[in-house]
Amino acid sequence: MLTILALLPLVGGVVVWFLRGRTARFVGLAIALATFVFSIIVAAVHLGGTDLSEHQVWIKAFGAYYALGLDGMGLLMVLLTTLLVPVVMLAEPRTDTDARWGGQVWTALVLILESLSLYVFMATDVLLFYIFFEATLIPMYFLIAGWGGPKRAKAAVKFLLFSLAGGLVLLFSVIGLGVSFASQGAPSYLLADLVKLNVSPSTQMLLFLGFFVAFAIKAPMVPVHTWLPDAAEQATPATSTLLVGILDKIGTFGMIRFCLGLFPDASRLATPVIVVLALISIVYGALAAIGQTNMLRLVAFTSVSHFGFMVLGVFALTTQSISGTIFYMVNHGFSTAVLFLVVGYLAKRRGSVEINSLGGVFQVAPVMAGMLLLGGLASLSLPGMGSFVGEFLVLAGTWSRYPVVAAVGTLGTVLAALYILIMYQRTMTGPVTDQTREHITGDATWLERLAVAPVILALLVLGFFPKPVLDITDQTAKQAMTTLNVSDPAPTVGQGR
Amino acid sequence: MTTLLEIAAPTIEYGLLGPLFVVFAGACLGVLIEALVPRHLRAQAQVVVTVVSLLGALAVLWSRWGTGFRKVAAMGAVSVDGPTQIIWLLILVFALLSALLFAERRLGNGVSGFTPMAAAVPNSPLEQDAAAARVEHTEVFPLLLFAVTGMLLFPAANDLLTMFVALEILSLPLYLLSGLARFRRLLSHEAALKYFLLGALSSAIFLFGAALLYGYSGSFTFSAIDAAIAAPSEHDTLLVTGMLMLLVGLLFKLGAVPFHSWTPDVYQGAPTPVTAFMAVCTKLAAIGAILRLLFVALGGSRWEWQPVVAGISILTMLVGAVLAIVAKDIKRLLAYSSVTHAGFLLTAVVGAATATTGLPAGQVGSTAAIAVYMAAYGFATLGAFGIVMMVRGAAGERNDLAAWNGLGKKHPWIGVAMTLFMLSFAGIPPTAGFIGKWAVFSAAWRGGYWWLVLVAVIMSLVAVYFYLRVVVAMFFTEPDPEIGDVHVALPGLGTTIVIAVGAVMSVLLGILPGWAVDLATSASQLLR
Repeated sequence: MLTILALLPLVGGVVVWFLRGRTARFVGLAIALATFVFSIIVAAVHLGGTDLSEHQVWIKAFGAYYALGLDGMGLLMVLLTTLLVPVVMLAEPRTDTDARWGGQVWTALVLILESLSLYVFMATDVLLFYIFFEATLIPMYFLIAGWGGPKRAKAAVKFLLFSLAGGLVLLFSVIGLGVSFASQGAPSYLLADLVKLNVSPSTQMLLFLGFFVAFAIKAPMVPVHTWLPDAAEQATPATSTLLVGILDKIGTFGMIRFCLGLFPDASRLATPVIVVLALISIVYGALAAIGQTNMLRLVAFTSVSHFGFMVLGVFALTTQSISGTIFYMVNHGFSTAVLFLVVGYLAKRRGSVEINSLGGVFQVAPVMAGMLLLGGLASLSLPGMGSFVGEFLVLAGTWSRYPVVAAVGTLGTVLAALYILIMYQRTMTGPVTDQTREHITGDATWLERLAVAPVILALLVLGFFPKPVLDITDQTAKQAMTTLNVSDPAPTVGQGR
Repeated sequence: MTTLLEIAAPTIEYGLLGPLFVVFAGACLGVLIEALVPRHLRAQAQVVVTVVSLLGALAVLWSRWGTGFRKVAAMGAVSVDGPTQIIWLLILVFALLSALLFAERRLGNGVSGFTPMAAAVPNSPLEQDAAAARVEHTEVFPLLLFAVTGMLLFPAANDLLTMFVALEILSLPLYLLSGLARFRRLLSHEAALKYFLLGALSSAIFLFGAALLYGYSGSFTFSAIDAAIAAPSEHDTLLVTGMLMLLVGLLFKLGAVPFHSWTPDVYQGAPTPVTAFMAVCTKLAAIGAILRLLFVALGGSRWEWQPVVAGISILTMLVGAVLAIVAKDIKRLLAYSSVTHAGFLLTAVVGAATATTGLPAGQVGSTAAIAVYMAAYGFATLGAFGIVMMVRGAAGERNDLAAWNGLGKKHPWIGVAMTLFMLSFAGIPPTAGFIGKWAVFSAAWRGGYWWLVLVAVIMSLVAVYFYLRVVVAMFFTEPDPEIGDVHVALPGLGTTIVIAVGAVMSVLLGILPGWAVDLATSASQLLR
């Protein structure tokens, strides 16, 4: 069942590649929606208690298996992926008519990317995970390089080189992991086997560092974040949504699943350094966001700051904060999707997303402004939005272990209010500038509203009724804590929920 | 008196050595065809004989698969063990595909890519007349088969003399073949001369090394050298000097730094099918011989050669990757890329993960890793050179990278296939190159050389950059309006097959590598 889920968009992508024009768009969207519906069925079956995991020998001599499985975190990431893909397709229908490299290729690449991401989130074999982790780069590279701003080819190369640098460091660790395990007996790359790995602390640290560096580049943490703003600025907003909303989540996803899961001792040891790096990311990302003049770059830097929160949550090593991180990952996917896509709507009309090229949009296009505001409020974690719950849990969990760190982290939320509201004020409110009146002639179309609506709805639902999803994230968090052999510190903030 | 003159008749195991004899017979038949068959039928006859003899050799090899492991033949001169057979298999498959590239005639309007008259001075009336008369050198096919004979013998050689003879058998036809390009004759001449001079020098050094090792151990056979190393001795200088000189000869053929300087010039000057053949099959034969020499004969003095080869491996990866970044010619770029790949291969040699160093059966060691790597590399290389042959201007192939700008947009299939080969070279999953890379790096780590893996991983990143240059040129660079005539010509059946097989295998070995890895692992025991 999991294989069908993952292969559906891949097969669909190949089919779409050979279609043209409107047909390609409709078929692509239909496949994306079908995948979404199917993922909900899979989720229901999984939550119903059926074990869906699959297990086949893949490369015997390497000990590699074609093994797929779901846990709480994986399930949420799968649903995030399958929801965001139809959303971006609706929001940004590509109508380029170039016979060979037109919109149908874009749609096909998005579907292929979806398939590979689903595999990443479901793989329970480290080598299989690695293969798909790297494979996602290929469609993403072509998505960035093929559509977007004038300097997109350069931004794409930068993206690819940064990601591959991470990927190759990860390869180093994956090989080391496999060899260390194989020298203890039979080779195996199954996660379930690898947790029994018994190596010296220094080896474990070496392997841990490989994993961590790769995921830190992916989840962009300062100082290896510089590829993200460039890529986000040059790529189309839809591509950026997929990049930040889904692919970058693999970073934090990997930290929880592999860094904590496979190297508990090294994780505990490295915590102080990583927590400081996370804090730097939070504050630096937020400050840099305030200084941006381009809305796409601004959203990219807010993500750097938010990923700082997530990493902080992971390495605060409390049930609350890890659970909050997973919850936050989902909501961050939604909130950046809203921001990127609405900025994309503006870009399509105005032709530029420099902040000073817009002004008073609210009076001309109130719905668009409203959507941007909702997305922004979600981004700054207003209570009532899902992201608030996540950020609160991260900070609460961190507080119970490192009160000072949590205090500094809170600064990030204050700065978030600053960058979002300043941007909103400059572009949306105030008198309508001539340029705005000239270019932005209509409000969001029904199609554009329809695309963003489910995402905003999801944010609100998760904000007001987080409990069912939190139960799922708690399950993964508790499991991680057990592997880590760490217990939560005695509560100082009362019971968070 | 009679006992002195009594020489035992040599025994030859014809069955074991079958593939070798079939190819050799094909080569001899090819020479006869040159003498006896009328000119207008020669090309077709040669192609048929070449393909049939290579297929026949494959059939003989396959019929004895599994039964012939761990046997010495020809009175101990040749060792037909698992690694030999797996390398034979790869050489024969890749030689077959190369032969299809040799046979390409449609791209050149009905004539092959080889010069009409090698003996004529370039651009002389003699040469022009020959070209006008559509004369062809069809000797290239027997030359190819002779080279393959040498290549089959080289990694199977069980003593230093056989190894040297094989080295010469495989080298001489290659020197000739490099000088036979139809276009850019002078460049081709230069390539052949350079290759010959440097090759002859390295052969001489190899021979000197063999003499020194004979002085050390009193024998040419690998097992005797191995035994001499195990016994205490005062002549370690002889051993180490001899070993290094042998390595020079072998590393030259492999194209490892600092013995790589011929690769870019020869790869560029030689006819593209010959370049493809050299890049894959010579490398295979060379790495096979290196494995046998280092693991079987010199396995006991591992501690001496491991650091040396590790250093060479790092240099090779570094120099190859850095020089490829500035290459402006696709064939030079692929040449430097092949140098880089030699470096990656050597990491597995350094690891020396074999059963003798404590590798449990059924796990991937150095020999299996190298076989897997070469399989991935071979399919991508042959496919890539096949595409190089198709990109043409008025005067033959356009190898300057500037001519490749925007090609992928105009010819999507060519663009996609070339991208696939580049990704496989770069070792990005889910292509075959990744599995190969994974295997050789694992073997290196197995031997405790984790820092070498770290260096190799960093070099892979540099390598990715130049492979990406080709992709960027094809898809994301606008063609220069003054670049002149560039078009993708429609190739004949042979070239199409090579590109298709290359592309399919590059994906198949990446997604379902299990059977290939198992095959290589099952045949990884070197006979000592």
